[in-house]
Amino acid sequence: MNVLVYLVPIALVLGFGGLLAFLWSLKNGQYDDVEGTAYRILSDEDLPN
Amino acid sequence: MQAAEAVDLSLYVRPAEDGTSRMDLAIDGVDCAACLDDIEGAMKACAGVVSARLNLTTHRLAVVWRQSDIDASGLVAILARAGYRAYPFEQSRVEADEQRRSLWLLKCLAVAGFAAMNVMLLSISVWSGNVGDITPETRDFFHWLSALIALPAAAYAGQPFFRSAIAGVRAGKLNMDFPISLGICLALGMSVVETMLHGLEAYFDSALMLLLFLLCGRYLDQTMRRRTRAAAGNLAALKGEIAHRLSEEGAIVAVPVAALVAGNRILVRPGDRVPADGCILTGSSEIDTSIVTGETMRAKVGPGARVYAGTINFDGALTVEVTAAGEGTLLDDVARLVDKAGEARSRYMRLADRAARVYAPVVHAAAASTLVFWLIAGASVHDAIIIAISVLIITCPCALALAVPAVQVVASGHLFRAGVYLNAADALERLADIDTIVFDKTGTLTLPEPHVSNAAALPQDLLAAGARLAASSRHPLAMAVARIAPDLVPFEDAEEVAGAGVRAMVGGIEMRLGSASFCESDDGTAPSAPDVSLIHLRHGERRARIEIRQNLRPDARETVDRLRAMGYELRILSGDRPEAVLPLAATLGITNARGGLDPAAKIAEIEALRAQGRKVLMVGDGLNDAPALAAAHASLSPITAVDLAQAQADAVFLGERLAPVAQSLDVARQARSLMRQNLGIAVVYNLLAVPLAVVGLVTPLIAAAAMSGSSIVVTLNALRMRGVPRDPASQTPERKSPARLALVTKEHRS
Repeated sequence: MNVLVYLVPIALVLGFGGLLAFLWSLKNGQYDDVEGTAYRILSDEDLPN
Repeated sequence: MQAAEAVDLSLYVRPAEDGTSRMDLAIDGVDCAACLDDIEGAMKACAGVVSARLNLTTHRLAVVWRQSDIDASGLVAILARAGYRAYPFEQSRVEADEQRRSLWLLKCLAVAGFAAMNVMLLSISVWSGNVGDITPETRDFFHWLSALIALPAAAYAGQPFFRSAIAGVRAGKLNMDFPISLGICLALGMSVVETMLHGLEAYFDSALMLLLFLLCGRYLDQTMRRRTRAAAGNLAALKGEIAHRLSEEGAIVAVPVAALVAGNRILVRPGDRVPADGCILTGSSEIDTSIVTGETMRAKVGPGARVYAGTINFDGALTVEVTAAGEGTLLDDVARLVDKAGEARSRYMRLADRAARVYAPVVHAAAASTLVFWLIAGASVHDAIIIAISVLIITCPCALALAVPAVQVVASGHLFRAGVYLNAADALERLADIDTIVFDKTGTLTLPEPHVSNAAALPQDLLAAGARLAASSRHPLAMAVARIAPDLVPFEDAEEVAGAGVRAMVGGIEMRLGSASFCESDDGTAPSAPDVSLIHLRHGERRARIEIRQNLRPDARETVDRLRAMGYELRILSGDRPEAVLPLAATLGITNARGGLDPAAKIAEIEALRAQGRKVLMVGDGLNDAPALAAAHASLSPITAVDLAQAQADAVFLGERLAPVAQSLDVARQARSLMRQNLGIAVVYNLLAVPLAVVGLVTPLIAAAAMSGSSIVVTLNALRMRGVPRDPASQTPERKSPARLALVTKEHRS
């Protein structure tokens, strides 16, 4: 069972990383316009011509 | 398109340090993804624009550009050429607050979600280990880890509930958040103690799951409210009201109404809406005050007279000094009455709070008696306390707290799509109580703008030519004539004669539209009804007398009949003359109608109805209705109402139809019955769960299953409302720019 001593903390750190990523995306304004973003992915204007 | 005059929009422009400026615009007519490319493309193609980003959720565009290349009104003009009406706006403080709160709730939700999932992972291991071969050391290790995650997470994510509970206790009221907070704190505290004592079970997961469910409900509720608020903000901005400000040197500058301050002098031209409250310095004219007093007869005003925002100037140009509401003015009276009237409503107690008031003492008493019972039965103090606390945890009102918001979210979404925007959170509950409906007449039962009422009786070709001639005039009566055929191109040689009418050569013969003397066609007969205004049309020897009045809303009779069939008692209280009110009431079959009431008299009528034990819904739009709107049990306003009235209304409805009134009541009744069902479900759940807890059979596993089960059932029950078929006739198409319906006159003809 000693394996738990490091596996569980690793799992927690990964989960915490996910939480931080979400909070970052929130701060970054990625949830300001959930409708528009769905369509923006189809637009090609960011590609070099 | 009419030549747009350049408006000084500098009020809305925020310069940045690097020489660029930023402006937010509300955009009308955004209905699909293609608009995204259209609008952003048009902006980016314009020299000087650094970035442009359209938000499809809120229909707002943020532009950053260099003012040296193009000014703000230039950008608006470009959007107009692309086919979108745009107007800059500033986010209201209320909206900014709501946005901040919704972001905060989302953060809490994320933290609670993260913690609940990780703790559940550990808890499930413990639960399965407890029936298997887990070692006590491993179990303690898992419990300590759970505590490490749960305590900080709950301290952060529980804030919305803790704060509201503390505020409630301070105000001497037990709200729903009090039992929630108590349950969470006790669950966490007991779990920490159990962990220290190397106990078998801990309730960390229950506390966090409870938080997660409740935060979901709160967040959805908040999102719906925010969406409504944003849409209402756009509508207000898109009215795009401008004022003509006179500078010190006498130059006329067009500015947004928001830029006016007391002391400014403004020019109000014939046909304009008065943009702000003020006092006339020079000029005299007739003013249509129907939006303020409900009176359809025009009032003569001269220097020294007060004019109010929203009234329409008819004949002469006025110079007005903008003033703040002063002592003794109508506005001041109305504001005071509104304050007084609003007190009654703030005493209204929401369904959920009423439930909490009964619920909290009952469960707390149950927990206490459980403790006593087990102590008497000879259990150890430790065991008795654990069982008592588990009663509190299992009764923690998760389903109860979700019962109302879940319905509210679905119902307000329903109304939003039907063009009814709810202002107040408890509006639905109050709307469901209504048994008497009081209508204002002018602008509520009737359309806010005047229309030609005898079109069928006139020669159609003459009337059509008259409408085309009328398009050249800005006189409100001429504008009403022009409205019968909105797309006509005005005659090129049309000439307006101030104070008389407008004339043009049509087919070699002069055509005139205007006063009786201007058209030399006064036959001396009185108009067919007292609230009718006349405008004369003459083409050679052909003459027509056009009657103009404020027509009933197109579905007024149908809606009134429907409301009567639904069992409501209907009344009319109007500020207009009784002789104008009574015929209209008779047409609608409303026997109880009164006219000539001032704001105080309207309140008195409403108070009298309330004293009879009636729950009154007030539907009104005028400044004179504002106190009555605040005094009534619930209130609705059309979107064309003055700002003060809209601010008092529980909900605002869009469009020319009256059907939203019936629809709101319908949805509110359905919502209330669902809320009651949900509260019933929550009570049944407790009736089943509490005895189990009292006899000490509840483990964390059972608590988790029972809690999520009841929450899901309640939410699913609320979602049943989505399946209700909507009345197809009364739908206002949401995406078809409701703003356009609400806008006044001139833009229609562009």
